[in-house]
Amino acid sequence: MGEYLLVTIQVDMHDRLAMSLQDDLTSKIVSVHARGVLIDISALEMVDSFIGRMFGDIAAMSRVLDAETVVVGMRPAVAITLVELGLSLTGVRTALNIERGMELLRNLTESRGDDAGSTR
Amino acid sequence: MANDSMALLNDILHKDEGALLQNWVDTQVNSPNFRPDRTNRQELTDHSRRFLALLREAVKAGDSDIMASSWTGVREMLDELSVNRAQQGFSPSETATFVFSLKQPVFDRLKNAAGSGVEALSWLWPTNLLLDRLGLYTTEVFQRGRERVIIRQQQELMELSTPVVTLWEGVLALPLIGTLDSARTQVVMESLLQRIVDSGASIAIIDITGVPTVDTVTAQHLLKTVAAARLMGADCIISGIRPQIAQTIVHLGVDLGTVITKATLADAFAIAMKRLGLAVHKTQAAPRRRDESAPDARPSDDRREA
Repeated sequence: MGEYLLVTIQVDMHDRLAMSLQDDLTSKIVSVHARGVLIDISALEMVDSFIGRMFGDIAAMSRVLDAETVVVGMRPAVAITLVELGLSLTGVRTALNIERGMELLRNLTESRGDDAGSTR
Repeated sequence: MANDSMALLNDILHKDEGALLQNWVDTQVNSPNFRPDRTNRQELTDHSRRFLALLREAVKAGDSDIMASSWTGVREMLDELSVNRAQQGFSPSETATFVFSLKQPVFDRLKNAAGSGVEALSWLWPTNLLLDRLGLYTTEVFQRGRERVIIRQQQELMELSTPVVTLWEGVLALPLIGTLDSARTQVVMESLLQRIVDSGASIAIIDITGVPTVDTVTAQHLLKTVAAARLMGADCIISGIRPQIAQTIVHLGVDLGTVITKATLADAFAIAMKRLGLAVHKTQAAPRRRDESAPDARPSDDRREA
């Protein structure tokens, strides 16, 4: 999707899959020069601490690669689980659905572009 | 011995059921535990007749253990009766009297059948045990019925006490009243998150005006709720913090982190409107005194999109 990557997680994540997602995503960001990553987890019903941490990691990695990450469509049960696990994903931006996430990404990248322009 | 006694009981129950039923109902009506305001003779007779019929079948099977499968009918009947009585406000002893009052007529007949003397006592004993067990069973079920009522009320109270209100399109308010414990936070969190999903709200205002005290645990719960809402893509504002609570929060060293806090719900709502790019302004000059009695001032019309 333009300069943004959309990742939809359709199956329950297991650790191996999560690791390969990390690999794929980082290499993809570099190869397509993505400015933003949207992770849709509306189909994800179960999370564990590892998956939770993975979202944080992906966000941090994307940041390093100059792309913003937005996690969208989290289910209430998943949100409660993550909070109970003590993972509030402080570094990750969130939105209710893909539409909102896209809007947020656009705002983010625009404002960042403005900043870059003004410092030049 | 037990089997003999069961056979005897069987005989008694079969021989003159009409008279037995009559005697039993009389005993129930005359007992001090009879509640003419809650039940009447007719209803009691119906219940008693059903019970005797079921009891006869169970006794016929010859098993003296009331938990055995042949007693299922009797147990179900007692379950129903006890739960009904629990809901109608009978006391446990009034409920158990239903079974215990059967002793008198049955024992009278046993006495006649077994004659007098020491032997008669040994006939009585198993029947006595049996009826005691049935009586205790009613009490147990009664208790369970009561507990269910209490649990249901607790749940209702919990749901009632955690309404999620839509203040504006995209703005939810959660007025919390009463102490926040873990169980309640769970309900609050769930209903808030569900409403966020349903309504697509982007801002949630948690109003704690009605929360009497905030300790570290409560603060922790609040922060958890805020964090969970954030994960769903909604920003939280905590409002209604009273001066004492602000002092307590600081004294306890609770770090509310990056959560926006406001003193009143109005302030929080103003922030929410601002975030959504909305503004409140008057559409006209304030109405004169005389106009105040006009049918509708329609305060909502005052709010217009900027």
